[in-house]
Amino acid sequence: MTEISSPLLRLEGISLSFKGVKAISDISFDVARGRITALIGPNGAGKSSLLNVINGVYRPQAGRIVFDGEVRRRMDPHRAAVRGIARTFQNIALFKGMSVLDNVLTGRNLKRRSSWLEQALRIGRAPAEDDAQRRRAEEVIAFLHLQPWRHTLVSKLPYGLQKRVELARALAAEPKLLLLDEPMAGMNAEEKREMSRFVADVNREFGTTVVLIEHDIGVVMNLSDHVVVLDYGRKIGDGPPDEVRRNPEVIAAYLGTRH
Amino acid sequence: MDFFLEVLTGGLLAGVMYSLVAIGFVLIYKASGVFNFAQGAMVLFAALTFVSLVERGVPFWGAFALTLAAMVALALLIERAVLRPLVNRSPITLFMATLGLSYVIEGAAQALWGAQVHGLDLGIADEPLELGGMLLSQFDLFAAGTAALLVALLSFLFNRTRLGLSLRAVADDALGALAVGIRLPRIWAVVWAVAGFVGLVAGLLWGARLGVQFSLSLVVLKALPVLIIGGFTSMTGAIVGGLIVGAGEKLAEVYLGPLVGGGIENWFPYALALLFLLVRPAGLFGERAIERV
Repeated sequence: MTEISSPLLRLEGISLSFKGVKAISDISFDVARGRITALIGPNGAGKSSLLNVINGVYRPQAGRIVFDGEVRRRMDPHRAAVRGIARTFQNIALFKGMSVLDNVLTGRNLKRRSSWLEQALRIGRAPAEDDAQRRRAEEVIAFLHLQPWRHTLVSKLPYGLQKRVELARALAAEPKLLLLDEPMAGMNAEEKREMSRFVADVNREFGTTVVLIEHDIGVVMNLSDHVVVLDYGRKIGDGPPDEVRRNPEVIAAYLGTRH
Repeated sequence: MDFFLEVLTGGLLAGVMYSLVAIGFVLIYKASGVFNFAQGAMVLFAALTFVSLVERGVPFWGAFALTLAAMVALALLIERAVLRPLVNRSPITLFMATLGLSYVIEGAAQALWGAQVHGLDLGIADEPLELGGMLLSQFDLFAAGTAALLVALLSFLFNRTRLGLSLRAVADDALGALAVGIRLPRIWAVVWAVAGFVGLVAGLLWGARLGVQFSLSLVVLKALPVLIIGGFTSMTGAIVGGLIVGAGEKLAEVYLGPLVGGGIENWFPYALALLFLLVRPAGLFGERAIERV
């Protein structure tokens, strides 16, 4: 029971600074299992930095992170991926010279167990594994309606589709926690609706816990179960969307008055 | 006609030797976008280590294995001491680092094994062999066979394994590669180790031809036109480029040489490379950089 009710991710007193410049100060919050948590705040509030802390790109100077019931000690992006954290980036970090399918297959990389010798000679576990990985990749591609572009080079795809391919690659790793950095940035209303639907579908179908950064407040309020608001590296709001929407400090910082 | 064929074949075989060096560059360029100036120094280091071990009575395959181990150790050291501290720096910074690295490796090789010239005998006579009416160098044929084997081995490794996909991923987008759990340091170490292995093979063949000496590291300069013509990002390009340079310089020497007083073999590849830079800057098989403006 505790497995279910305990948060998937708990941040306790996280502080991060770059050469003395504070990016994040003393931030704590919980990310509930199977929920969608939105991270909002003005530009430079420390949202992306916080995602980078969660998947091990940055190491915080202070604070404690508990992921899936385990206190994290040393962390780098590889360990984060192994533990089940996948992510997308604000400025799409896809492999531009590869097809959609190959991009999604890289997301399955960590699931392979056969040795490189078996792979090179196509013996032992390798052939069956190849088939299995490809099947899983195709499933993800079908789920996100990307079949028509399976063999298209990613660089040839329009921006909105690239965003979706990046989601597919992250999803292919079957993550416990999916970090989405502005998945809808630069999209038109129709594309945003589509992307919101995909994120909601992923969350519902696979029970994947999602943490997303988004600027479109309408999208955030519709999609998320929980909202955390940052401003100047501090947390100024934390709660269900409706409650956050009424929080005067949040309204001042994010929705209305200027600093 | 027979004479033409003989010159052409001789040139192509000689070109394979250039390809061998160029492949080492392509490997590292693909994985990190860096022109590794130290590749020539690695060739020298490998050849010098091998020949010194053989002179101390170590049998051929023992010396080969020990040298390979030394190249892998060198790769690990380079990853730790040079690449890791410079992660996310611009390609020009990394290029300068490899420039410095080449002096360090050359210096270390000579401090370790001395600076005198060593002869290297691989047991293949450099005698002409008659084949289909043509006189071909036995050594060149052996070198070509070795290169073919090496390329087959590398393409096996890179096209079929997870390593290959990871390598392409790292080359395309390092940040994305990190996010899917690829260990950048490990990929770099592997690529440099494989480049060291290629350097060892090149070092043995070039060393047997020219003698193992300091100037061996200058074969880098021959690889440059090969890379420009074939493209920096393609193994196939390195091979085709090498063949073009090899055949081109021999044919030019024989047929154009007399018109301008000879001696054009040495600069012809560079002139050809310049031409390619004007017409096809990415090379024959290179990836054209597409950038949104």
